[in-house]
Amino acid sequence: MIRSEILKEIAPILNPHLVVCNIGLPSQELHMIDDNERNFYMLGTMGLSSSIGFGLALAQDKPVISIDGDGSVLTNLGTLPTIANNATGNYTLLIIDNGSYGSTGDQPTYAGKKTSLAAVATACGCDNVIEVQDKDLGPVLQSAIDSDEMTVIVCKCDSGNIKLPVITLDPVVIRHRFMEAVKA
Amino acid sequence: MNIDKKIVDDLVANDISFVTTVPCKQLAGVIEEVENRDKIFHIPSNKEDEGMGLCAGAFMGGKRPAIIMQNTAIGVTINTLATLTQFYRLPLPMIISYRGELREPVACQVEMAVHTKALLAQLNIPTYHFHWQKDVEEFDNILKYTFMCNKPVAILTDANFWGGYGDQ
Repeated sequence: MIRSEILKEIAPILNPHLVVCNIGLPSQELHMIDDNERNFYMLGTMGLSSSIGFGLALAQDKPVISIDGDGSVLTNLGTLPTIANNATGNYTLLIIDNGSYGSTGDQPTYAGKKTSLAAVATACGCDNVIEVQDKDLGPVLQSAIDSDEMTVIVCKCDSGNIKLPVITLDPVVIRHRFMEAVKA
Repeated sequence: MNIDKKIVDDLVANDISFVTTVPCKQLAGVIEEVENRDKIFHIPSNKEDEGMGLCAGAFMGGKRPAIIMQNTAIGVTINTLATLTQFYRLPLPMIISYRGELREPVACQVEMAVHTKALLAQLNIPTYHFHWQKDVEEFDNILKYTFMCNKPVAILTDANFWGGYGDQ
């Protein structure tokens, strides 16, 4: 499965929850599949989906899912020790690991070579790290959200993109409606 | 006057309850004060752009954030400041150790110091420079200004403000 197929499959699981979605195609795909006010789309700033979602999870009690990519996590590897050492049970980090920088033309990442992000997350002190194959993600994600323990999921999948337009929502609109959803 | 205590008192008085830090010797006292306050959740960051991400999330979750870091971080965080903090109109007080200014003992620090104000000006980030201890009296107003206008705001605090740096 490629990322857009995975997002289609897990969209009903994500829908009731606060989701911080990675820059570029992941946000564009989620926006196309299930746009709603509980989604925070990153329009810039590669690498910070995990940090934004984690700050949000620490600041309030609702479940938060950060959708990140292997390339983006590699950009901000320092996030993993921060998350591990301040773990909060309402947080799930979903790393969609297709071994490539999808939004920039599928150049290979080191996560698709020798580097295991699941092993890195474990070494950083994350207690619940699950590596899962794309077709098996749904139940694993649901139980991570339902659990009182913070979970890092590394979902291995194929690289590949679909063509779709950029998000034209104004960032302040994205932020405002998301904050209203947080308060609701 | 205990500057560390005054700064953290002002943070608490302005309902700032989420503070991330990347350390600097000059900031050690204020970081320790942040860590010891019950009303502040202190989360150290490994890099300043990561910290700004945490602060963005915390603000959207209903907490007022702040970041404490060195001025070298301006070189690290320009993209984050432009495409996250400014683009989404997020308030962020940045309490910055202004290394490389008067009474600085480490020459390399000057290399970023000479760019610091120019970079902040280029980014249209409101910038205040604390050189004398009395300058801290403005801090409360700066915090109120930051959350009024939803912008990142820089407070540069140099070695003279902190009473010198190391053995000189």
